[in-house]
Amino acid sequence: MNKILLIIKREYLSRVKKKSFIIMTILGPLLMAGIMVVPIWLSMQKPDRQNIEVIDESYLFKGLIPEKAFIHFDYPEVTFEQAQEGFYDTDYDAILYIPHNILEGGKTLKLFYKKQLGIATEEYVDNTISKMMNDVLLTKNKVDLSIIREAAEHSKIIVITEELESTGKSKKTNTGLYMAIGLGGGILIYMFIFLYGVQVMRGVMEEKTNRIVEVILSSVKPFQLMMGKIIGVALVGLTQFLLWVILTTTLYGVASVTILKNVEMKQIQQNEEVVKVGADLNYTKMKKIQEPNIISKVFDDFKNVDILTITFCFLFYFLAGYLMYAALFAAVGSAVDNEADTQQFMVPITIPLVLSFLVAQNVIQDPQSTMAFWFSIVPLTSPIVMMVRLPFGVPFWEVALSMSLLVVGFVFTTWLAARIYRTGILLYGKKVTWRELGKWLFYKG
Amino acid sequence: MQNILSVKNVIKRYATHIALNDVSLEIPSQSIFGLLGPNGAGKTSLIRIINQITGPDSGELFFEGEKLCQKHIEQIGYLPEERGLYKKMEVGEQALYLAQLKGMKKAEAKQKLKFWFEKFEIDAWWNKKVEELSKGMQQKVQFIVTVLHEPKLLILDEPFSGFDPINANIIKNEILYLKEQGSTILFSTHNMGSVEELCDNIALINKSRKILDGSVKEIRKQYKSNTFELEFTGNVMGFTNAMWAGAELLDHKTDGDFNKVLLKLKGKTTSNELLQAVLPVANIQSFKEIVPSMNDIFISKVNAENPVHIHSGISE
Repeated sequence: MNKILLIIKREYLSRVKKKSFIIMTILGPLLMAGIMVVPIWLSMQKPDRQNIEVIDESYLFKGLIPEKAFIHFDYPEVTFEQAQEGFYDTDYDAILYIPHNILEGGKTLKLFYKKQLGIATEEYVDNTISKMMNDVLLTKNKVDLSIIREAAEHSKIIVITEELESTGKSKKTNTGLYMAIGLGGGILIYMFIFLYGVQVMRGVMEEKTNRIVEVILSSVKPFQLMMGKIIGVALVGLTQFLLWVILTTTLYGVASVTILKNVEMKQIQQNEEVVKVGADLNYTKMKKIQEPNIISKVFDDFKNVDILTITFCFLFYFLAGYLMYAALFAAVGSAVDNEADTQQFMVPITIPLVLSFLVAQNVIQDPQSTMAFWFSIVPLTSPIVMMVRLPFGVPFWEVALSMSLLVVGFVFTTWLAARIYRTGILLYGKKVTWRELGKWLFYKG
Repeated sequence: MQNILSVKNVIKRYATHIALNDVSLEIPSQSIFGLLGPNGAGKTSLIRIINQITGPDSGELFFEGEKLCQKHIEQIGYLPEERGLYKKMEVGEQALYLAQLKGMKKAEAKQKLKFWFEKFEIDAWWNKKVEELSKGMQQKVQFIVTVLHEPKLLILDEPFSGFDPINANIIKNEILYLKEQGSTILFSTHNMGSVEELCDNIALINKSRKILDGSVKEIRKQYKSNTFELEFTGNVMGFTNAMWAGAELLDHKTDGDFNKVLLKLKGKTTSNELLQAVLPVANIQSFKEIVPSMNDIFISKVNAENPVHIHSGISE
């Protein structure tokens, strides 16, 4: 037992001290924080303000089209032809041409531009004008707009999903949040198994090709060496993961205090602007103002998720899944002499992993389907698929069954791998076939 | 004296061939034992079984009379033929790690390592990575790690392969020194010169069977063919007439008056009788018995076993 600790210590320290580990540990959170912060920062950047010259032959919209921070409308007293001719002498970015028969079925508006306008401008014009036309047509037919607005206001609903348990208690749910937690956890497990599984395989191959393995095996049993490596690498993975979580939250915290604070201020200002501009027409107000509500709703829902249980299950599937696959990776490493030969043996390990990742994306749509059930029970796919299902609520017996089978699974793969390992590790210069691997299982120690 | 290691009727099979077929050995304490045999004979398989890296299919091993088990690992030091170190690890750290795996306490290992590193003049390399060391220096480190825990039994698989003559000599002296200190050394080799020089006992393995074992002196005596080399000045005709029926002339070289002959004594003739017979006709300059070298014995034994085809080098 003492010796396995020595091996774990060496495997752990030799990896943690590597430059690549330190670099990855620092770069990872920077990338993560970047992924979170950059889109917000980008959205903060004001798009160039577009000046649009409106030629309104219908005289319906003059001076009425609501403006936004990035769009401004002018209504010069010129004909369409004049505007077209003089377009390049003005500093307008586009001409919006509204034909006189727009209400009588002339459905086409035209936007002429010098440089491509961008989807936002186009959509804004489209949505705004059609909404305005709608109002105009309704008014024309003597419909009271205030009734419609009121109706629209009152018919706005938010769907709150709650799980009603057999005990009669109800629980608020938020499908989007569950998807995020489940898929996020699943992806992490998938990455962890792959990244560190391959590290185990490389480590085994290194010992084999370095020819140090025979020296070590004269002191310890092959199983001790294999398990020491697997556990050592797992600890490296956990360390890196933990450091990432700490660094990412710190970075995110720092970023939100400095950069994001500005964002919130700006957003509030923008909202006020929108409210002011849209006051008469009230087109864009609703959406913007809702947003803070959604965010606070997510935080509320987060409190409803059973964080403790999910964290425990995540750690369990994270480790047990890794242990199961790492043993197989170790077996592959022991059976080959160089990286190129690993391919043929890697495929059967990779298939269930990739498959469970694909299934996970399906399971997220319907977490209680039969497929979801079976894939979350079978040990090779359960670490990822069950993780995805967990936030949606899974009956206790299913989780218990899946966990027990996973333990059985990893004991079995470790046994299997150990038998291949102890033979393969001492065999040099031979290309191994599947048949031979099979035979190794039955050799006497 | 008690034997440090007894190997009794060991059989080891692999899928396609038998590596060891009913092999038994007795290795006396405080001696140097040579394990000889062509490539693929089963030497490494046997050594791995003694090191408990693999187990025998049947047969038993005894270490100082006790059944060989896990606790004996700490009494055995092993330098494999294919030897290596972690390239990215520092020399001292690595030596400490390997010593601790053999059950040494860290402080004790450190103190002993310092002593050996100074002895081999590599103490300046303690903090260097292994990949920065020359091959010779790596071999020194490997040797130190093998002997550091003062094993009772030291197993060296082809210890001289890959060493330059200077390092080989250092190792040779260390082996002799360790034997004096009470260790038993088991080594496998192809180098017959080193066998004659170092070994007290040998065993010859061919095609997974032991075909010869015993003390080097005894074996060579046993394989003596009563052949003598004699140098003299005088007449060859007179010489052959004089020795007459007592010996057979195998070969002779004549350079003017000087002759060198190779004779085989016949029947019960002793060397003294032969000398008396030829003294009147020859002026003898040297006379010595030709004792077969281990190399000759090795080749003749192995060839007798594999008479037709040349042995193919199946890897062990």
